[in-house]
Amino acid sequence: MRHFILLISASLILCGCILNNPYPSEQRGKNIYYSTFDEEPKHLDPAQSYSSDEYRLICQIYEPPLQYHYLKRPYELIPLTAQEVPTPKYFGADGNALPKESPAEQVARAVYEIQIQPGILYQEHPCFAKDDKGDFLYHRLSSEEMRDIYQIRDFKYTGTRELSAADYVYQIKRLADPRLHCPILSTLEKYILGMEEYATALNHDLEAERKKRRESAGATYNQELDEQRNPISLDLDAHPFGGVELVNRYTYRIILKEKYPQILYWLAMPFFSPMPKEAVIFYEQGALKNRNITLDRFPVGTGAYRLDIIDPHKEIVLKRNEHFHSELYPSSSESEDGKLGLLSDTGKHLPFIDMAVYKLEKEFIPRWNKFLQGYYDVSSISSDTFDQAIQFTDQGDPQVSEVLHGKNIRLLTNVETATYYLAFNMLDDVVGGYTEEKRKLRQAISIAMDYEEYIEIFTNGRGIPSYSPVPPGIFGYEDEESGINPYVYNFSKEHGALRKSLDEAKRLLAEAGYAGGKDRNGKPLTIYFDNAWVGAGATARLSWMRKKLEAIGITMKNRTTDYNRFRDKVRNGNFQLLSWGWLADYPDPENFLFLLYGPNSQAEYDGENVANYKNPQYDRLFEQMRSMENNPQRLAIIREMKHILQRDAPWVFTYHPVSFGLYHHWVKNAKPSNMANNTLKYLRVNGGQRENNRQEWNRPVLWPIGIAVALLFVFAIPATITIWRRERGKAK
Amino acid sequence: MLAYIIRRCLYAIPIIIGVNLITFLLFFVWSSPDNMARTILGEKNITQEDIDNWKRDHGYHLPLFMNFRESGLAVFTQTIFFQKSVGLMFFNFGRSDRNNIDISREIRRRIWPSLAIAIPTFIIALLVDITFAMLVAYYRATYVDFWGVVVCVTMMSISMLFYIIGGQWLFGKMLRLFPISGYDTGTNMFKFVILPVVIGVIGGVGMAVRFYRTIFLEEVNKDYVRTARAKGLGEGKVLFKHALKNAMIPILTNVVMTIPFLVMGSLLMENFFAIPGLGSFTIDAIYAQDFAIVRCMVYIGAILYIVGLLLTDISYTLVDPRIRLE
Repeated sequence: MRHFILLISASLILCGCILNNPYPSEQRGKNIYYSTFDEEPKHLDPAQSYSSDEYRLICQIYEPPLQYHYLKRPYELIPLTAQEVPTPKYFGADGNALPKESPAEQVARAVYEIQIQPGILYQEHPCFAKDDKGDFLYHRLSSEEMRDIYQIRDFKYTGTRELSAADYVYQIKRLADPRLHCPILSTLEKYILGMEEYATALNHDLEAERKKRRESAGATYNQELDEQRNPISLDLDAHPFGGVELVNRYTYRIILKEKYPQILYWLAMPFFSPMPKEAVIFYEQGALKNRNITLDRFPVGTGAYRLDIIDPHKEIVLKRNEHFHSELYPSSSESEDGKLGLLSDTGKHLPFIDMAVYKLEKEFIPRWNKFLQGYYDVSSISSDTFDQAIQFTDQGDPQVSEVLHGKNIRLLTNVETATYYLAFNMLDDVVGGYTEEKRKLRQAISIAMDYEEYIEIFTNGRGIPSYSPVPPGIFGYEDEESGINPYVYNFSKEHGALRKSLDEAKRLLAEAGYAGGKDRNGKPLTIYFDNAWVGAGATARLSWMRKKLEAIGITMKNRTTDYNRFRDKVRNGNFQLLSWGWLADYPDPENFLFLLYGPNSQAEYDGENVANYKNPQYDRLFEQMRSMENNPQRLAIIREMKHILQRDAPWVFTYHPVSFGLYHHWVKNAKPSNMANNTLKYLRVNGGQRENNRQEWNRPVLWPIGIAVALLFVFAIPATITIWRRERGKAK
Repeated sequence: MLAYIIRRCLYAIPIIIGVNLITFLLFFVWSSPDNMARTILGEKNITQEDIDNWKRDHGYHLPLFMNFRESGLAVFTQTIFFQKSVGLMFFNFGRSDRNNIDISREIRRRIWPSLAIAIPTFIIALLVDITFAMLVAYYRATYVDFWGVVVCVTMMSISMLFYIIGGQWLFGKMLRLFPISGYDTGTNMFKFVILPVVIGVIGGVGMAVRFYRTIFLEEVNKDYVRTARAKGLGEGKVLFKHALKNAMIPILTNVVMTIPFLVMGSLLMENFFAIPGLGSFTIDAIYAQDFAIVRCMVYIGAILYIVGLLLTDISYTLVDPRIRLE
């Protein structure tokens, strides 16, 4: 038996047979990038998609006119399909042109003219396929033609065509289609001229058609089923839309009702990608919808990659777009990039990788183990594996552990453009309000909540304490004396920001009318913390918060509910304290400071201001700041706004998260980015190196099986003897 | 027997309607169409108008049970309950709320990965469990029996999650014999199926062996077994030929009831091994508040349960000629 096992082991090793390789053998050593996704992407239609998981895919396929520079920090917008980043032209109410620096209140129109590069082609796709007469082959599919069609790649013929400005115009119109539920429509309606009216007109068309169908069908009419069988077709050109104009084949204009410089950031997001009308017509066919072949699953773009396979419960495969236009790897003036080897491909044509395979991995443990085996190229780190992956130097800097260092795995950290906070409900009688006493109560709680400790305990040091809503990397962030929160921290040149003592918090609490945590009638102060936290970590975090408040005499009561109830409480302003967060859409302080702008109050206006904070002075400054360029005047206003927030303390400013990413040594050019999502084209992998490492790390170990079999054999002997004796024994 | 089967099928109709009604009530007590819309549309920048539009598109703008804005029959038909239930009763599952995919097609796709794991696990586990149970019963009152029971109790006390993580660690990570997770079709499927099947069999062996052992011990003390022994039959023959046949009724009750549920998939296995089956389909739908999928899966589950009960009754007649279904 032992010889047999040894023989098998030897033959497996000799033939280099790796048993645990999850990929087909033909992918061995190829120029392929391997990564994971942990849940099915909901939408891949650029008018609907709005999550980072989805952006990882569609941003490689769709190309809006602008993009972020891959290497430069702070983030900088550069052209993608546009010839240049457009500069706005401002016009007053009288129609006269205004200078660039005009104050927002004078601007009645802002016009952005975008010129796209000629010669850009779409990926090969059946929606463009034409017959000899020039008619589209697959725009009227019969059931016979659909017989063997289950994926887009099952179509025999494909075609392409040149990108035109009309495709961008068409997509902006699609954003107003009520059936697409574009998540930024309400934001765009505020700024793009006529968009609200256009969306309303489309909605009326839809409702009129529905009413007609309902009336003619009778009592048993089922709208959902009917629209599945006979989709309603809306004519996007049936109504005027003054906010977008097609100038010529390569030029279009976006016209805004007011000065809104942030529109440029939106132009770098997939919402503003081009959409060929042929694709919409093609995918609207019921025969395709019935096979789950929709635009929401099978994108059509001009990007560096095209979608080859989508099985959202198993894998998603992107392949290099054969028609991708010329784009070169960027240069950078940052010296750090050169040291990190990020400039060795400068000037070379993109993309470098031929294929990207994303595998579904719902649980972290298998994902992590497969990363260590070399089957995934990059990985994040969970709290469970943190100690295994990371160790800290004497100076407190994170580095990979010995094990990971032995595998040449690199760690790249990145402060996210996000902020977490505890929000007080400013409408609440106890913790809300704008009197000095209420401010002091909130300031005392802010001091007591020692988030430096929280970051160490609960995030393994992956966070930076926050002093205001603005995170690092965003204009207006400061961590020197001028930037810290003086109501919570003391600043010294030697130690930097040091949290104030609990005695200071108790003093503030006493001044707020709660000496020793009791009100003037001797009633203990109780604060209710609303949340929907679940899981093992939730109890520990709640216990930590309770202890921190107990330290200054405040009792915290936990009100955990399911997420639906919790969301209702937030929406109705029916809470005292809750934990919340925000991930930036674009790198501008406006995208953080608007979270406390009065007209964005959640309870009153269904906005993103969950604290329902309303301070006229802050609101006035926000209105002034939001349309300004980044300059010293804007910085001064932002400082003033931050100071108001620090004094009023509608939030306990907690921390800005820091992400840790692990990369195998065969992955080149990796630089984490919070804003750029179309980063796959810059990456390079060395498939040969990876294959060698996989072979080395994954040789099967067979000897324990031999031992197990031998042990079973040994244990079976006495049992066999017993049977033998019993069978041959005499009856008793 | 045919009359019996027809009668049972007719009994099933009110049960299925009841299950549908209870699912409906439970779902809408826990969630509301507004909450569904918020979960599906996302958290950022969503207005009440977006929510109303979404409800309108998906038929959730209607009242739950009675629509007093309508008249006549439409009072009942123009309601969420009616609109969502009628198609379901005729196996027209419609489209998912979350991303408009055709649910029937998705179920047809996902049933195979679930079965690819469940069927081999079921068959191998049955063989292994019965064999071990008979061996333990055979060695009753010896150290094999004693330690067999101790091992069984220990194994059944351990969570399935431990077997999965431990199995992935041992066979996938340390011994590197199988891919830690994943799934593929065609012949590539085998390398992904072996580990979950092995873990599924090992994870269930403790409870099953202990259960079957009890059944066998009950049988081996009966008169017909003593008679068989008195006739000079060997212990092996007595157990495998006589005791096993007579122990089939409780075994069948246990086994046949599980067959219909094989198609529903295993949540833990599918999640940890990234198997695109029906178990993960259902749980994803619950998290996403996709009522369209949840109600379909509950409906299918209810039907399978009824079928399972019916199959159990029929199987009794096959193994015990004394039983007649009337």
